[in-house]
Amino acid sequence: MMTTLVSGVVVLLLLALALWTVVARDAFLAVAGFIVYGLLLSLVWVRLYGIDVALTEAAIGGGLSGALLLGAVGKLRRTEALSWAERCGLGTRALAAALSVAVTLALVLGVLFLPDPAPTLAPQVMRHLPATGVGNPITGVLLAFRAVDTLLEAIVLVIALIGVWSLAPDRAWGGRPGPRYDADPDGMLAYLARLLPPIGIVIGIYLFWAGADHPGGKFQAATILAAMWLLVQMAGLGDAPRTDNRALRAGIALGPLVFVAVGVLGLPSAGVFLGYPEGWAKPMIVVIEIALLPTLTLVLALLMSGAPARSADSSVPRAKP
Amino acid sequence: MSVEMLFALCACLLIGIGLYGLIVLPHPLRKLVAFNIMGSGVFVLFGALAKRGAAAGMLADPVPQALLITAIVVAFAATAVAVALLLRLIEATGSASLADAPASKD
Amino acid sequence: MTMWLDAFSIVAIVAGAFFFLAGTVGLLRFPDAYTRLHALTKADNLGLALVVIGLLPQMDGLLAAAKLVLVWLLVLLSGAVVSQLIARAARRQDGNP
Repeated sequence: MMTTLVSGVVVLLLLALALWTVVARDAFLAVAGFIVYGLLLSLVWVRLYGIDVALTEAAIGGGLSGALLLGAVGKLRRTEALSWAERCGLGTRALAAALSVAVTLALVLGVLFLPDPAPTLAPQVMRHLPATGVGNPITGVLLAFRAVDTLLEAIVLVIALIGVWSLAPDRAWGGRPGPRYDADPDGMLAYLARLLPPIGIVIGIYLFWAGADHPGGKFQAATILAAMWLLVQMAGLGDAPRTDNRALRAGIALGPLVFVAVGVLGLPSAGVFLGYPEGWAKPMIVVIEIALLPTLTLVLALLMSGAPARSADSSVPRAKP
Repeated sequence: MSVEMLFALCACLLIGIGLYGLIVLPHPLRKLVAFNIMGSGVFVLFGALAKRGAAAGMLADPVPQALLITAIVVAFAATAVAVALLLRLIEATGSASLADAPASKD
Repeated sequence: MTMWLDAFSIVAIVAGAFFFLAGTVGLLRFPDAYTRLHALTKADNLGLALVVIGLLPQMDGLLAAAKLVLVWLLVLLSGAVVSQLIARAARRQDGNP
């Protein structure tokens, strides 16, 4: 009973925050509400016994998405007044409300008439998990049973990055994303950027390695590593890379290429694309994960930085006063 | 009422709220936030279905949860592309208007 | 023995929650950015410390307890730096150099 009470309170808070995000007058307040909403959502995931999903939601859904939207709000201040003048009239609002109520009711009907007992793949996963050599069933599903999904996800991330980079203006083509951060080298941000990244890197690699048998994995680890790199950039201790840097592009392409290579190797040895031969599952999984970690880190950090905005040779160090 | 039913119903409401915000809010960034809320509602619904599939000694069905991790990451990538598009639109036309004929500057 | 440990955990976590409540009341009631930052960081650091102390008897193993303390230290660090940065930004907005 107590746990249902706690879950009920969380549900009320979630709904209140979602409504706040929609009706708030100011875009900054809406995004702040969205960040809190994302963190509260990870509590929901813990309650639903999805610890890996909770970690991913807190890191990417709450942390990275929130930071991305917050940065965008800062740049979009002056466009808000004009767009508020364009808001739709009462008729559109009534139609939109009717549509959303209809969709909600249809989904509620679907939820209330779900089949009982629920169809589940958990027995099959448990039966075949020891053959993969990993102890965490989520990792087993991501990298052994549904490895094609993870491969396509990595490729989608790289394509998204190409899409973001293609939005560079002509003068900044192949250049560096983001502004040149010029924080005080003796200030607090520089202090944090010197102190936190070593700890963050250790935690990130631990999370990556522990993902084999405990909740964790490469997505959460890549988020932490990307955040450390972004912190170093924002403190001015290092600059964003040139987007035409060959080593950078090679690092980004490495993950999906290794993944596809392992898959193609599976054709002669196990008879199917991305099949693992007997006893070779764990080493293949480790190879894929080690190749994907730098790709994911680079892609997540670069997606946060956005389209190139400075020309390639704009990182000439300023003269010291 | 069990916990997963409670969260599933909450998720339906979140999808409705996000859909309303997506249609009604004028600024594209606000639409994007509302779209993310709708997306997270879909994820919670899926997660509640995963919890219903608890069997064989596991507390939840791991296959939908693995798909959810993929979904959260891809949703972030889509948001990043949308934000980049929005910033480029503002840089190119000076306003965030999605109307057909922008306030003419020429 | 476990009953005493559980009672200790409950008392410590409730005390920590009270400090979080006090910090939030300060956030809502104080007049400007600096006093709000003061209320938030002091109350939240102490509140989190009490919650962590309350959870320590519930952990199985020294390593898990050490991870919990590490979480508290990291929150302390980031809270201190972020409140400094916000205060500096607020001062710049107020017009002081």
